Amino acid sequence: MLSLYVPGDSIVHRLPAGPKLLALFAASTALFAVSGIPIHAAELLAVAGLFRAARLPWRDTLHQLRPALIFLVPIFLFHAFVTDWRLGIETVLRILVLLLLAVLVTLTTKLSDMIDVLERALRPLRHVGVNPSKAGMMLSMVIRFIPLMTREAREILEAQRARGLDRSALALLVPLLIKTLKMAGDLSDAIEARGYDPETVAPVWRRWG
Amino acid sequence: MRIAHAMIEVSNVSHRYGAHEVLKAVNLRIGERRVGIIGANGSGKSTFARLLNGLLIPDEGSVTVDGIDTREDVKAVRRRVGFVFQNPDNQIVFPIVEEDVAFGLRNLKLPKDEVARRVDAVLERYRLERLRDHATHLLSGGEKQMLAISAVLVMEPRYVVLDEPMTLLDLRNKKLVLEIIRGIEQPVVLVTHDLDHLRDFDRIVVFDEGGVMADGPPETAIREYVRAMA
Repeated sequence: MLSLYVPGDSIVHRLPAGPKLLALFAASTALFAVSGIPIHAAELLAVAGLFRAARLPWRDTLHQLRPALIFLVPIFLFHAFVTDWRLGIETVLRILVLLLLAVLVTLTTKLSDMIDVLERALRPLRHVGVNPSKAGMMLSMVIRFIPLMTREAREILEAQRARGLDRSALALLVPLLIKTLKMAGDLSDAIEARGYDPETVAPVWRRWG
Repeated sequence: MRIAHAMIEVSNVSHRYGAHEVLKAVNLRIGERRVGIIGANGSGKSTFARLLNGLLIPDEGSVTVDGIDTREDVKAVRRRVGFVFQNPDNQIVFPIVEEDVAFGLRNLKLPKDEVARRVDAVLERYRLERLRDHATHLLSGGEKQMLAISAVLVMEPRYVVLDEPMTLLDLRNKKLVLEIIRGIEQPVVLVTHDLDHLRDFDRIVVFDEGGVMADGPPETAIREYVRAMA
């Protein structure tokens, strides 16, 4: 789910993170500047070509797209019944191209490289008190800890179900909050033990940079 | 095997959490290659371990490592004493294996090629090479603990303190991690409940209610501990 990078040595993998993110931004803007089913269909074919060049397993791509695909059906149905079915197809194609491009960048770019781009982008904001190193560290930790928090929440829910409690937001949130605070304390100890100093060191290390 | 002078010295250390005094005037000199710390839950052994690399500063008394007081230069102490926690999930900071191993080295401000060389060496040595690009949250329990230990050893500390590193592992992974601990070149302080892991250690310190109950070679110290727990 997170840390989605699929290792590889394709040309798409080898492209630096900065240009890839910039291209994603430019493409997502351009997508809304053009219209027409044939144009978006051509874009979809071009993106499929990029996926082929990236030699990504289809299973990983579909796994990433699945949650979003569920929303495409009601979007199409809404347009089909309320506006025009052709507009529905065009909207769905546009969103699909955008999602595929985002998935392509995510699957072929290491998180550390993306965070590095973020840190470089935030560097000019140092003058207004933004610490790019801390921002990169925060992002990395959020991504690192979302799967852990999800697991903790699942374990709490299972324990509650085993004891006969069906669903209660309060009964989930209180123990989850306590566990999170404990985890944050332990992690803070671990970071200190490994000599982290936010004032002097960027947390993300890149082999080739 | 006793080294001529103590390198970690704990002098008259007391520590409390709120009103609860967890360590009471503890005095120890640690100079052996392998030291085991055992004791019942709540006996103060984990608190003692945390004092050794300055994660905790004692309320009273002092802890020195190679003559450096944790109260005076905690960063220098942490560079010397690597610390492995019980739960690797709370120790792994980065989502990718290679990045997590490199984290501590970045903090030491080493040049990039030196970081790359050390990361490569440690990943190969601890059989993590094939997992280099893997997401850390998808590793097995044993792999996570191996990563946590590797991430500490890559910093080449002079001493390694491990706080119950095998408690959450199955038998096979316990064996694997124990093998790694046995292979550590630096002096090791191991906090554990598994007495079998300590048979070949140089010295065992038994904690009880915040103090040292027994201190000596494994056969005598473990015998006293088992008798006290009976």
